[in-house]
Amino acid sequence: MLNFIARRLVNMFFLLIVVSFVGFWIIQLPPGSILDVQIQRLRMQGGNLPESMIQALRDRYGVDDPFYIQYWKWISRSLQGDFGTSFETDQKVAERIYNRLGISFGLSLTALLFTWLVAIPIGVYSATHRYSWPDYLITFVQFLGLSIPGFLLALILLITASRLWDQPIGGLFSPQYADAPWSLAKLWDFIRHVWIAIVVLAIGATAGLTRVMRANLLDVLNMQYIQTARAKGLKESTVIWKHAVRNAIHPLVMSLGTLLPALVVGETLIAIILSLPTIGPLYLDALRSQDMYLAGTILVMLSALLLVGNLIADLLLAWVDPRVRLE
Amino acid sequence: MATAAGELPKVAKGKKQEDVGQIPQWKLMVRRFSQSKLSVGALIVLGIMYTIMILSDFIAPYPHDVLDSNNAFAPPTQIVWGSEGPGIYGLKQELDMERFQWIYTPDTSVIYPIRFFVQGHEYSFLGLFPSRLHLFGVDAPPESNARIFLWGADKEGRDLFSRVLKGSQVSLTLGFFGVFLFVVIGSIVGTASGYFGGALDNLIQRLIELIRSFPDLPLYMALAAAVPLNVPITVRYFMITVVIAVIGWTGLAREVRGKVLAFRSADYTAAAMAAGASHWHIITHHLMPNAMSHIVVVGMLAIPGAIGLETALSFLGLGILPPAVSWGILLRDAQTVQAVVTYPWLLIPVALLIITVLAFNLLGDGVRDAVDPYA
Repeated sequence: MLNFIARRLVNMFFLLIVVSFVGFWIIQLPPGSILDVQIQRLRMQGGNLPESMIQALRDRYGVDDPFYIQYWKWISRSLQGDFGTSFETDQKVAERIYNRLGISFGLSLTALLFTWLVAIPIGVYSATHRYSWPDYLITFVQFLGLSIPGFLLALILLITASRLWDQPIGGLFSPQYADAPWSLAKLWDFIRHVWIAIVVLAIGATAGLTRVMRANLLDVLNMQYIQTARAKGLKESTVIWKHAVRNAIHPLVMSLGTLLPALVVGETLIAIILSLPTIGPLYLDALRSQDMYLAGTILVMLSALLLVGNLIADLLLAWVDPRVRLE
Repeated sequence: MATAAGELPKVAKGKKQEDVGQIPQWKLMVRRFSQSKLSVGALIVLGIMYTIMILSDFIAPYPHDVLDSNNAFAPPTQIVWGSEGPGIYGLKQELDMERFQWIYTPDTSVIYPIRFFVQGHEYSFLGLFPSRLHLFGVDAPPESNARIFLWGADKEGRDLFSRVLKGSQVSLTLGFFGVFLFVVIGSIVGTASGYFGGALDNLIQRLIELIRSFPDLPLYMALAAAVPLNVPITVRYFMITVVIAVIGWTGLAREVRGKVLAFRSADYTAAAMAAGASHWHIITHHLMPNAMSHIVVVGMLAIPGAIGLETALSFLGLGILPPAVSWGILLRDAQTVQAVVTYPWLLIPVALLIITVLAFNLLGDGVRDAVDPYA
């Protein structure tokens, strides 16, 4: 097992190097840079900008360097924890990202938990009560959940909620709590702001996972060992939860790897609608203003997250399923 | 497959088995497909939508890009019955100084009739010949401000109905072509990888692994952002299609490779090889036909995702850009709650998008069952 993990880690390390190279290359593809925008802004503010100053700015940001030198500067600094300075705000990239990454991560993990807590019981119910009207209803809702893009659902929920009751619109906190220390009232305010984001994030994933759970459980329920378990006189709940579900749950575990980064970025559109300060809108802004260090760092960071997620999923799978361990 | 054999009605089963081998496979497929009422319904809905899309320039009463400040945020027009059949009233525009919104009151003194097959603005019918004929229009002098807005107007006073029709030309096709392109790439690469194996296979698998190491949406966004901004709309359309295809093919290529690997070691392939068949013949006659059903299903099920992706990219300002129209661009007007609560008709593109994606999902589901009519 240790051998397996070590091999995966080494493999991941090399893959990450290539990923960072390709990722940075894609990010710097568009011609021009945010520097052009900045120079224009300075010109508008202060009239004529001396050529020497432009040159100084160009040198400082290294926009004239060939690609591989830019990459080398960026990656060698990144490895020391210094991701460079964002062009746009002169803030440290690390600072800008960490501020938001925490929120993104918190949101995604909650949504993930929510997804599993909802998807597994519903999937199991749907499979054990096949062709009953609740099953049809669940199937229909699943199709709807899969078909409505998340950001539209966020919009619809937000409108409905703000019409029906006093739903606060936008942001994470009401103004009076924004700088206040944490208290129960602030927590309640936070929950009132954030529930839509969590529900919307979770619904798409839930719809997919419920479907998979149902199909798998149906296959497993036809197995002979389920018949044996029933013949032994085990309680039906034990048969389902201990014998059947454990064998049907692999895809859910495997989806963990892709689900985590998908959730972290999946909120891009939702966060824009709900004006949440998360990583998605930051990435979009960075891309649009060609802030290549910021955008590049986020892209590579998310890739790392995906790879780590896949590794965790594989380890979890080996833990859940002894057959995988043997291979 | 998940269905236990005992649950099928006995008669239908007997009839089905009787016909296997008696009637052509495609007839079995059609029969299986038509058993799924939801999928047939979805096919009809999509058929109507694509027909309207093709005829959109003819059906749209106004050009999609002409600004009209006299009708900013005009609500959907009320249609009344006059002496000459259906007609509409002219609108008077006033500014509500308190809430700072336009208020429209109909001028009920005159009814302007709606006429069918009228002459209007010029367009190119299917890109073939210029035409001025439109399905309907209102017979009214310009000063009456009687314009027909079936679905209201946006903030520039452009007719939302005409814009939605124009936008469908992008939204309903771009995802489709993107998927078509990636299905072609995925099939070719996957087949080559599985059939020839060796170094080529290794290289392709590493490439796929690399692409899949990136999370989907951020990579799409980065690539779409790399498409130059100042190119003509047709070029941009093509490049966004390529962006969708460039990432999408990897999953399919892996699956096709798996299939081809299995068929390659089948006896009939060995027999074909022993008989001296060329690689080309084996691939096109023995491997591809077997993998085809799988490829078609994967493609069908990928279309709704690609349509949603194009909408999302355009919504974010990374896909199709104004002045061109797609549903994602129309949704940009509907991104704040205030706007949507005040002008609810701006959400109409949302409804259409949901119907389209839902229909494609249901259709894909039906096709998946139909390609394997023996089960």
